[in-house]
Amino acid sequence: MVTLTGLKLKNPTILAAGIMGTTGASLVRMAKKGVGAVVTKSIGPEPKEGHHNPSMVQLECGFLNAMGLPNPSYKAFLQELEFAKKETSVPVIASIFGGDADDFLKVADGLSPAKPDAFELNVSCPHAQGYGAMIGSDPYVVEEITRAVCDSVDVPVWVKLTPNVTDIASIGEAAERGGADAVVAINTVRAMAIDIATGYPILGNRFGGLSGEAIKPIAVKCVYDLYAALDIPIIGVGGVSKWQDAIEMMMAGASAVQVGSAVFDGIGVFGSIADGIDNYLDKNGHVTIEDIIGLAHEVI
Amino acid sequence: MRPINVTITKMIDESPSTKTFFFDRSFESAIPGQFVMVWIRGVDEIPMTLSYTNAITVQKVGDATSALFELKEGDSLGIRGPIGNGFTLPQKDEKVLLIAGGVGAAPLAPLAEHVANSGTWSNVTTILGARSYNELIFANRFFMTGEIHVTTDDGTQGRRGFVTDVLNDIDILEYDKIYTCGPEIMMARVFEILHKADAHTRAEFSLHRYFKCAIGVCGACCMDPHGLRVCKDGPVFNGELLVDTEFGKYKRGGSGIRGRV
Ligand SMILES: Cc1cc2nc3c(=O)[nH]c(=O)nc-3n(C[C@H](O)[C@H](O)[C@H](O)COP(=O)(O)OP(=O)(O)OC[C@H]3O[C@@H](n4cnc5c(N)ncnc54)[C@H](O)[C@@H]3O)c2cc1C
Ligand SMILES: Cc1cc2nc3c(=O)[nH]c(=O)nc-3n(C[C@H](O)[C@H](O)[C@H](O)COP(=O)(O)O)c2cc1C
Ligand code: FES
Repeated sequence: MVTLTGLKLKNPTILAAGIMGTTGASLVRMAKKGVGAVVTKSIGPEPKEGHHNPSMVQLECGFLNAMGLPNPSYKAFLQELEFAKKETSVPVIASIFGGDADDFLKVADGLSPAKPDAFELNVSCPHAQGYGAMIGSDPYVVEEITRAVCDSVDVPVWVKLTPNVTDIASIGEAAERGGADAVVAINTVRAMAIDIATGYPILGNRFGGLSGEAIKPIAVKCVYDLYAALDIPIIGVGGVSKWQDAIEMMMAGASAVQVGSAVFDGIGVFGSIADGIDNYLDKNGHVTIEDIIGLAHEVI
Repeated sequence: MRPINVTITKMIDESPSTKTFFFDRSFESAIPGQFVMVWIRGVDEIPMTLSYTNAITVQKVGDATSALFELKEGDSLGIRGPIGNGFTLPQKDEKVLLIAGGVGAAPLAPLAEHVANSGTWSNVTTILGARSYNELIFANRFFMTGEIHVTTDDGTQGRRGFVTDVLNDIDILEYDKIYTCGPEIMMARVFEILHKADAHTRAEFSLHRYFKCAIGVCGACCMDPHGLRVCKDGPVFNGELLVDTEFGKYKRGGSGIRGRV
């Protein structure tokens, strides 16, 4: 059992935003598969169809996606969130996005009747015009949005950061000043792939974000820098597919990990990561994961 | 997997709104019922079942399929696949019933041929339906592999009515394996009949939902209430998994909003 921003998780693995998170039923299915908590697809103020396909492809080193924040809007998602809350006891975190603080407030208020256990603010999607990383690279905007949501909701607020900035710690600090209870790092890394038979960019949106194995070292460095700069917990995400990755992320400073692309290998991945963490702690004489969080900062 | 490049070698008109596109690449390992993602570059990428190991059979319904219809021999497409779970192939000597509606014949014709080629050809029975005689797809392929009952809504060929009318008249329990693909409304009626006869567990349904990633990650194609992914856990499902689900009732579109089937 771990406690994260006041939420009780049976283990420190969390389903990442945008993965199996479009419907209440899929969130419940994942919750039954040994996940510590689940995050929904990012939900916005209006319905969005997202970009044309191809919207996700597997590359040699990871996955490339540009979904374009497809979502049914908070109005239609409310029933999905209610279903998830009713059918599972693991914490359900609502990921939300918008173009400005008012949008974020509207979506947070709109979803609040379903009683999400926390909100995750997506200020970091690398490929949706006017949303996500467009605002997530400006510390003033991040602080303003975080403060607005924190003032209006009575559950923990996590802020999800983009690695596509020069100094992620300064954005993390802005979120902390705004009142964030935790930061989540990282969203996908701006990337592109081209079909060499024809020269066409493969994604319908031409470019998108890289996830999976290739971005783990980037995520580890971001978590490491955030741990050095912040007092609030950091949730590590990016390329975690096995327990060794989770331990590494924790040693960099993560209090918990989120897993996204690795669901490709099988939805049972969470249980095996959680078991692997426990075994590792036992074998190495640690009592709790607290013993290894940020260890990389202490040993040298 | 990146899309692989294939060149269109031949096109055949199957009906006024349906064409088969053959390409220069054969997916020999494909199991009937598996699908590929077809990338019409610059337009969209859409799921299509393999109607032969080297072809897809497409009904023109919207933007991407219309763009596909503009292509000519020698033009190229990107293909990812084969993807998903195909049909559970019947055991030798099992009696097989296929129920196909419209372009739903696409995954069933290769299945019929597979069964026929494995030496049990006399045991395949097909009920093939369409709106009108010129919309019947692959009637000849089914005819060559066993017994066939044809229905058309307007009575221009075979029996006037629906595939379910034939289904109601035959002894369902004579068949060991039942496979169906077609418009969801049709499959839902078939499901009702089989469920009543307690034969739904010997039946497999090839479903359609809106696909985005097509590799089981994004969750766009999940069905209620179990969260099964049509792209990865399907697209072929045993009838048992469809009891008391959204199947036949509603489906989600690109944004995730529920709509009519
Ligand atoms: C596993 C599977 C196998 C299929 N096999 C065949 C086949 O062999 N032959 C055939 O003609 N059709 C098949 N389809 C349906 C085909 O994919 C759609 O008709 C096609 O995507 C329509 O695209 P469009 O842009 O022309 O139409 P649109 O104008 O986009 O929409 C028309 C209809 O197609 C559906 N659709 C659109 N995009 C998608 C998508 N990305 N995924 C799923 N549905 C979509 C819409 O919900 C709508 O009902 C299959 C679908 C699935 C899921
Ligand atoms: C298909 C897909 C959809 C995603 N959608 C969202 C989203 O809606 N909101 C969000 O904050 N992150 C989204 N992400 C990013 C992931 O939550 C995660 O930060 C990223 O994929 C890195 O983790 P991974 O390597 O474990 O996949 C998405 C990622 C993928 C692959
Ligand atoms: S389309 Fe993404 S999970 Fe099926």
